[in-house]
Amino acid sequence: MSKVMKALNRLLEWVDARFPLTKLWNEHLAKYYAPKNFNFWYFFGSLALFVLVIQIITGIWLTMDYKPSAEHAFATVEYIMRDVEWGWWMRYVHSTGSSAFFIVVYLHMFRALLYGSYKQPRELLWLTGMFIYLALMAEAFFGYLLPWGQMSYWAAQVITSLFGAIPAVGDDLELWIRGDFVVSDVTLNRYFSFHVIAVPLVLLGLVFVHIIALHEVGSNNPDGIEIKKNKDANGIPLDGIPFHPYYTVKDIYGITIFLILFSIVVFYYPDMNGFFLEHANFVPADPLNTPEHIVPAWYFTPYYAILRAIPDKLGGLIAMGFAVMFFFFLPWLDRSPVKSIRYRGWNYRIALIVFVISFLVLGYLGMQVTTPVKTILARVFTIIYFMFFLLMPLYTSTDNDKPVPDRVRYP
Amino acid sequence: MKLHIFIGCIFMLFATASFAAGSTLAGYHMKVDTSDIKSLQRGARIFVNYCMGCHSAAYMRYNRLGKDLGITEEVLKSNFMFGTDKPGDTMNIAMRKSDALGFFGIAPPDLSVIARSRGVDWLYGYFMTFYSDPAKPFGVNNLQFKDVAMPHVLWELQGTHKPVYKTVTHKDGTEVEVIDGLEQVSPGKLTPEEYKATIHDLINFLVYLSEPAKLQRQKIGIWVIIYLLSFLVLAYLLKNEYWKDIN
Repeated sequence: MSKVMKALNRLLEWVDARFPLTKLWNEHLAKYYAPKNFNFWYFFGSLALFVLVIQIITGIWLTMDYKPSAEHAFATVEYIMRDVEWGWWMRYVHSTGSSAFFIVVYLHMFRALLYGSYKQPRELLWLTGMFIYLALMAEAFFGYLLPWGQMSYWAAQVITSLFGAIPAVGDDLELWIRGDFVVSDVTLNRYFSFHVIAVPLVLLGLVFVHIIALHEVGSNNPDGIEIKKNKDANGIPLDGIPFHPYYTVKDIYGITIFLILFSIVVFYYPDMNGFFLEHANFVPADPLNTPEHIVPAWYFTPYYAILRAIPDKLGGLIAMGFAVMFFFFLPWLDRSPVKSIRYRGWNYRIALIVFVISFLVLGYLGMQVTTPVKTILARVFTIIYFMFFLLMPLYTSTDNDKPVPDRVRYP
Repeated sequence: MKLHIFIGCIFMLFATASFAAGSTLAGYHMKVDTSDIKSLQRGARIFVNYCMGCHSAAYMRYNRLGKDLGITEEVLKSNFMFGTDKPGDTMNIAMRKSDALGFFGIAPPDLSVIARSRGVDWLYGYFMTFYSDPAKPFGVNNLQFKDVAMPHVLWELQGTHKPVYKTVTHKDGTEVEVIDGLEQVSPGKLTPEEYKATIHDLINFLVYLSEPAKLQRQKIGIWVIIYLLSFLVLAYLLKNEYWKDIN
């Protein structure tokens, strides 16, 4: 062993005597055993973490040049786009990153629905994940106001006005959230504060708890079989492999594929036909001029469609709230003894397919100008959306599930 | 491979649909090419001569224009800049907002990012469909932008047009006159083809103006992706090397 290595080893010993560095490394990477049969769907957890890091780093740089004031916000964004060296790149990575975050998180959540990852013993893991999703929605909503374009302004105006529908406290609540009678400079300033410090702190805390919870119970897998049930003489799961190096090298591969797709968007389609950067948002916010067609960003449109489907404002708000909240109850609504869709019966399979279709159709309808036909469609699919959750105890407990093998299938 | 089909589907979903774009006139579709520097230079000249009387491009600097479009500082100063502007200044105008409100009833919008909010086809339809309308303050109206407050600044190039009406019978039997098309009344300095080419250059410039970094990002992007692709090969080989033990 060279002198340098010896010195490094002594340093590590010195640190380990004072801080559990080696212990942490082993517990969470080198001796954290993950099932060996992870498939494509298992990339999205580490990808979500990766996108979070991208957003924080680009966010730090954008904050250096952005001014959160009604007078300067729009101009400073254009200043970043034109006069700041590589500012356009930072901005596009950040704006593309926000959409990428939702794509990755939606696929990550869908994975949980496919393989029953929310089921016992991972209920808390699922709940912390859902809180991350809520925080992410808040983060995106606050950040969306910052470019101070027409769509930023009016989307914030519409969403904050929803709180006015709550009986008794509504009007006061609306005023309190905005800090003004309409969305204004005051609102922009506080949303900036929420976006760059308050919500990111919550988000990071929740991600930490999410990972701790995951490493306590261990990862689920496409077969939905607990690998801890089959251990060798040393107590190591027979179907488990150390996360590092096996999944670190695999995730580097996954992240590279992600980065290629991400770069195609950043360099060639940064506004993605108005999905990632909306056309109307290149008009500075004008409180006196309401755009004819106000829509939220694409990742909120399923909920927006549900909101609009209900003829009553308060009713719509409640339905929208429930549409998100029902996810929290999945671990208890699902009565099937089987986790993975591979061994579930057709009840759940069909229910999941219909649910995904309704989510996508609602997402589409939420972007469109309402017409009588589209409103009826939105109502039908809203009902289907809720039936997925409400009927779940029924169709999962009566499903003709298949027998689950003892060991995971690999390859 | 399933993975690639799946990712492809997600991409297609976003790329094929259009999201909340303004409605555009049928039949006006234009392709622009911001890598055509000569076209951008011609467009810049039209913009400075015809548009910048009333419209600013307050987020754009003259020297950035010069650098990107290969225009020397002398030419920039003599042909593109007026008054006391310095090359490092943004492309502002002398007209005061309060005056503009008096002249037009509305302040002419800043055009820095107009191509991003309106879109190429909308602008094309707009520049092509001015027509005589004695009821309007400036004697013109527009098919793409009904009752627009702007006069037809390019009329000396395009000439003047009048609307051709046709009668449409509604389901309930009422008859209404609607504009079927436009017909040239007097010729302009340019032939219709030349005018179209001029508008193409102008729109091309507006697209550049709305995002000067576009020239940069399209050039750099390909190298970033090539780098990532070659890294992907290494990452794939590394993964396979480790996973041999498991397989």
